[in-house]
Amino acid sequence: MPKSYTKFTSKTLILPQKDIDTDQIIPARFLTATTKEGFGEKAFYDWRYDEQGNHKDSVLNKPETKAKKIIVAGHNFGCGSSREHAPWALTDYGFRAVISTEIADIFKSNALKNGLLPIIVSKKTHQKLIAHEQELTIDLEAQAITCADGENIPFDVEPFAKICLLEGIDQLGYLLSKQDKIKKYEASVA
Amino acid sequence: MKPEPKSLYDKLWESHLVTPETEQSPAVFYIDLHLIHEVTSPQAFDVLRERGLQVACPDRTVGTIDHSSPTLPKNADGSIPYTNDSARSQVEKLEANCKEFGIELNGWQSENRGIVHVIGPELGHTQPGKTIVCGDSHTSTHGAFGALAFGIGTTEVGHVLATQCILQRKSKSLSITVDGNLQQGVSAKDLVLAIIQKIGIGGGTGHVIEFRGNTIEALSMDERMTVCNMAIEAGARAGMIAPDATTFEWLKNRKHAPKGEAWEQAVADWRTLKSDEGASFDKYFELNADEIKPMVTYGTNPAMGVAIDENVPNADQKALDYMGMSAGQDMIGTKIDVSFIGSCTNSRLSDLEDAAKILKGRKVASHVRMLIVPGSQVIKKQAEALGLDKIFIGAGAEWRESGCSMCIAMYGDIVGAGQVAISTSNRNFEGRQGKGARTILASPLTAAASAVSGEIADPREYLNA
Ligand code: SF4
Repeated sequence: MPKSYTKFTSKTLILPQKDIDTDQIIPARFLTATTKEGFGEKAFYDWRYDEQGNHKDSVLNKPETKAKKIIVAGHNFGCGSSREHAPWALTDYGFRAVISTEIADIFKSNALKNGLLPIIVSKKTHQKLIAHEQELTIDLEAQAITCADGENIPFDVEPFAKICLLEGIDQLGYLLSKQDKIKKYEASVA
Repeated sequence: MKPEPKSLYDKLWESHLVTPETEQSPAVFYIDLHLIHEVTSPQAFDVLRERGLQVACPDRTVGTIDHSSPTLPKNADGSIPYTNDSARSQVEKLEANCKEFGIELNGWQSENRGIVHVIGPELGHTQPGKTIVCGDSHTSTHGAFGALAFGIGTTEVGHVLATQCILQRKSKSLSITVDGNLQQGVSAKDLVLAIIQKIGIGGGTGHVIEFRGNTIEALSMDERMTVCNMAIEAGARAGMIAPDATTFEWLKNRKHAPKGEAWEQAVADWRTLKSDEGASFDKYFELNADEIKPMVTYGTNPAMGVAIDENVPNADQKALDYMGMSAGQDMIGTKIDVSFIGSCTNSRLSDLEDAAKILKGRKVASHVRMLIVPGSQVIKKQAEALGLDKIFIGAGAEWRESGCSMCIAMYGDIVGAGQVAISTSNRNFEGRQGKGARTILASPLTAAASAVSGEIADPREYLNA
């Protein structure tokens, strides 16, 4: 069962490139695992490690980054594959939210099911957030980001996903509760 | 009163609603066909076991092995040449899961094995009007048949296994109309690369695309699949094409297609699957096919494309640095190390025939490694019956068993760091074909011409030569 998604405050990590795809977030060669655990070490692997597996000079290797829970990314984050390993890698690394001006559909859907909140902001807000690292408070219940300077930025979230995140409910339980309706549908089209 | 005109997407959306969406909750949406493979399913089956659930409709799920299954032939002792244990265990897990839950698997023993998006249509599982999902973003391929098909994550794979449904909100719609004639040497791959270049890698995000117009109507099913396959590369939820006589002709007599009277009935139903006159879309885009030339990419996403006779534009410097390209450089003449023909985008018989047209009587340049990987074992056999394998091997290319191969580089088939590969697959992201690998996306004709030339070459010069 997912944990409930509570309000939190964290410094941001800025990944300014646009179109960061899921092959960057978790390279395909790590997808042969058959459990969900341990992908954090492999997150952004090719950005973090060289051919020999030694650390490269990447912010993602800095100890202080480990404490950051919010990514502010360039436009169109998470494009590419449907691999849920991407949000698994990010949450296992420690991230709880990604902020961008656009987030790819399948990634967004996968993220919401794994306690990683995708937040779409306007270009103007994005400019402010991507300018420098800062401390943000994310309050899902209130649907607002609070900046260090006190500015409050509201954001949209799909209402059902919000309830599931806040209450730690998983969506399978909801679908299972609709079984009667599903049977009826099947009978009606048979 | 006349009913409101509906788009093809509207029709498929409405006919699959178990419960409609409300402000508070998404729709419970029924899935007719669920395709699974070894990479994105194991954790979903674990959830079923943990919760003591069964697969709701085992006969609506079909499995194959493709992503981490090697494309080399079996070893002399009959064993499978896995490159590592985790690939082996992933394939074995899928075999065990399908057995335990009663799901048809096109595994090592099956002559029907192949890339999931190639075999779904080939076996006739993919049909007009169906909703189709798979834990794979290129599920959009099946939209070529007038199905609503899209990729899902592993959690949703579990939802479909357990309930045959997922939770969905309706997407927006995008109409892309292409009219005119594709010129000689210009293929469906070039068409779709041109579309993505124009609308951008996020140009379809949040939308379901319907491809329309007389160019689309004139495409074969193989070509339509190539186009819909890459709808996801523009960020679209799905891509679809209304079914027509070409579709029905292609599907007739396929293993799982309806037969006899049921076939007649199905075709009658399928004929209604098109956007009504006057149906409205959220966005529109139009393109003239006459103007499209063979396309190649120069950068690190599929929208970074140019016509083959153009120069590398002054674009994203990071992408150019990764690719080892400089702005202003000619695309033609760029040296390549690898030519890969395969993947769910371009591994069908007609793609292989295109490659053979160019390779026949020619040799792959001595510094180039060329790998040709059919999309399914069925296609492999068909190609061999036509003698294409002999043309490929005679030209110096490697001819393999079916699978995803170098498209995703999950096992032995990898492009080396710094090497340049011209590839008929769908993604040129950094590291997609191997760490440090540089990918140039192109059609099978262009990939074959470039293999011969050893550098990027215009296929039109080879076709009449
Ligand atoms: S061929 Fe490539 S894109 Fe297609 S299913 Fe396999 S890995 Fe995915």
